[in-house]
Amino acid sequence: MEIKVLGTGCRKCRTLEETTKQAVAETGIEATIIKVEDMLEIMKLGVMTTPALVIDGNVVLKGRVASLAEIKELIQK
Amino acid sequence: MKHLISTNTKTNWSLPAILLPVWLILYFNLQRIADFIIDRLFQMKPSTHLTESIRFFVFEVPKVMLLLVLIIFIVGVIRSYFSAEKTRKLLEGKSLFTGNVMAAFLGIVTPFCSCSAIPLFLGFVEAGIPIGVTFSFLIAAPLVNEVALVLLVGLFGWKVALIYVSTGLLIAIVAGWIIGKLRLEKYVEEWVFKVKTNQEEAEDMKIPFSQRIKTGFETVQEILGKIWIYILIGIAVGAGAHGYVPEDLMGSILGKGNWYSVPLAILVGVPMYSNAAGIIPIVSVLIEKGVSLGTALAFMMSVIALSLPEIIILKKVLKWPLILSFVAIVASGILVIGFIFNLVL
Repeated sequence: MEIKVLGTGCRKCRTLEETTKQAVAETGIEATIIKVEDMLEIMKLGVMTTPALVIDGNVVLKGRVASLAEIKELIQK
Repeated sequence: MKHLISTNTKTNWSLPAILLPVWLILYFNLQRIADFIIDRLFQMKPSTHLTESIRFFVFEVPKVMLLLVLIIFIVGVIRSYFSAEKTRKLLEGKSLFTGNVMAAFLGIVTPFCSCSAIPLFLGFVEAGIPIGVTFSFLIAAPLVNEVALVLLVGLFGWKVALIYVSTGLLIAIVAGWIIGKLRLEKYVEEWVFKVKTNQEEAEDMKIPFSQRIKTGFETVQEILGKIWIYILIGIAVGAGAHGYVPEDLMGSILGKGNWYSVPLAILVGVPMYSNAAGIIPIVSVLIEKGVSLGTALAFMMSVIALSLPEIIILKKVLKWPLILSFVAIVASGILVIGFIFNLVL
């Protein structure tokens, strides 16, 4: 599984990255987490509001920070 | 976007239905509760400056907090019906003036964080939305918001809050319209127009209402968690000034009589960066110390609407002539508003 955290470096983006790492660690799912900070890359994924979370190419969350439980649920689908 | 919907939704109607009566009882008995704490519990001597200051604080903090919780919750639920993508769709193909008005109002209800300003700008440009309309959105979004509204109502009353919101919208509309009329598109970096994105289709509206209520609670938690300290400081300062006679310290420099007070306030305010919650404590000090309302509002607006960090972010997509026009137009708008209120009020 490939998880991308999209964000330009604001506080919310860092929070989302950390929560995602924690969710991956706690669920024990094999996943690589990539932080995408390049604006053009973010735009290519069709995201206008950061932070956003992309799992295997699908945008599953954008414009907000999700709770640990919610992210766990998203990556377990 | 079907993954967006969380199935784990325990929160539903019942929680707000229980909390609302509790809220109402608390809110309408605050004066009594405050009096009870001051007179009975602490048995403080009435009518001294210290007692009245503390009474003000004990009354005002829960009042503002309760108002914030209610309004942020309602706005949070309303915002869950909007998104940057939907706003973009609504603004596509709108003529200049209509587009500016719509963009300013959508700026209030669209969930937006200033760190998303660039992707949002690129997304709007790509959809063919004129930059003047985009600017109306970018000016209104931070300037007019629920936190500013509640704090202004709580500390200065309805009149000031309404003045702030309506003039904020007016500045966003007019400034965006002027930027559009000036045809400044050539000062947008060329690569911006080449950006191609996978446009997400408008999202489904089938998010269950219980999820929206949950979003409302999360919004309250998130925003209050960030701003409570500013509110405590703001009201403490207000309480200090409430009980004691305000000195007319700044009144002589930034009072009504001095024509240069408004431009001075804007010059100081533009480079500063803060949100509504952070700046209102300072504004309450200014007003208590004799600064006129027009000057204080101008200061507040220039801090929130314009800032150095924002200019640096915008520099990535805009060239200097456009950035400088944007700053100059918004600052002039604030200047006019400041002068008018110093004259009228």
